[in-house]
Amino acid sequence: MEKRVIAGALALTIIAVFFVFSIFLLHPFGDPGDVQMDDHIIVNTQNETGTNNAVTSIVFDYRGFDTLGEATILFSAVAGVIMIFRRVKE
Amino acid sequence: MTEMTKIVKTLANILFPFTVIFGLYVIAHGHLTPGGGFQGGAIVASGCALLLVAYGSRWVFTRIKEKRLAAFESIGAIAFITVALLGIVFSMMFFGNFLAGSNLLFGTTPATGSTLADFNTGGVLPLMNFAVGVKVIAGLFVIVLIMAYASSAKEWGS
Repeated sequence: MEKRVIAGALALTIIAVFFVFSIFLLHPFGDPGDVQMDDHIIVNTQNETGTNNAVTSIVFDYRGFDTLGEATILFSAVAGVIMIFRRVKE
Repeated sequence: MTEMTKIVKTLANILFPFTVIFGLYVIAHGHLTPGGGFQGGAIVASGCALLLVAYGSRWVFTRIKEKRLAAFESIGAIAFITVALLGIVFSMMFFGNFLAGSNLLFGTTPATGSTLADFNTGGVLPLMNFAVGVKVIAGLFVIVLIMAYASSAKEWGS
């Protein structure tokens, strides 16, 4: 029990240190920093994807893999719910 | 979940068509207006959940089987993957937008800058929106339906 408490405290400390140090690496508020990719998407989204909606072009075209992951999450959620709430007749 | 009073049923009857139409509008105009397949599918599924609350899960369950909804969910997923894989065939990229600028279905390229919304644009984005919309409608509705029915029924299955 004592070892478990020490290990938990150690892990918590390490994670807290990472979070605290990451605070100092954040961009200042209102200054997005390096925006080359944003500029490329804003300029070229109408030519490359042929749509006026830049957000949809990012979600379904530039970052299609992300949407694929979301769809997979939904699929596995449905499969899990069906599996858990199925009662087999006895 | 048992059915509720006539007041709730009447309100659900009035609100259900508008909710479904608005959700389908959000799905169909996903490449022009804010929203898309996920958001519109959630709206339609919340309309179906309204029906479920008003009429009870047993009433809905005798009309829509969960296996059919799960089949629609799989159909949406397969359509989404198929459109993504067709990008490999036609534009040498996974998720490649092979319909953009081809003057075929949804192939018109809008003029650069702030332009009027043209529904016939976007390439494969509307197709993916439709596929994801079908998937999210069926997926969220089957989750709500099965959880509501399983909390009310003692046993069901096969």
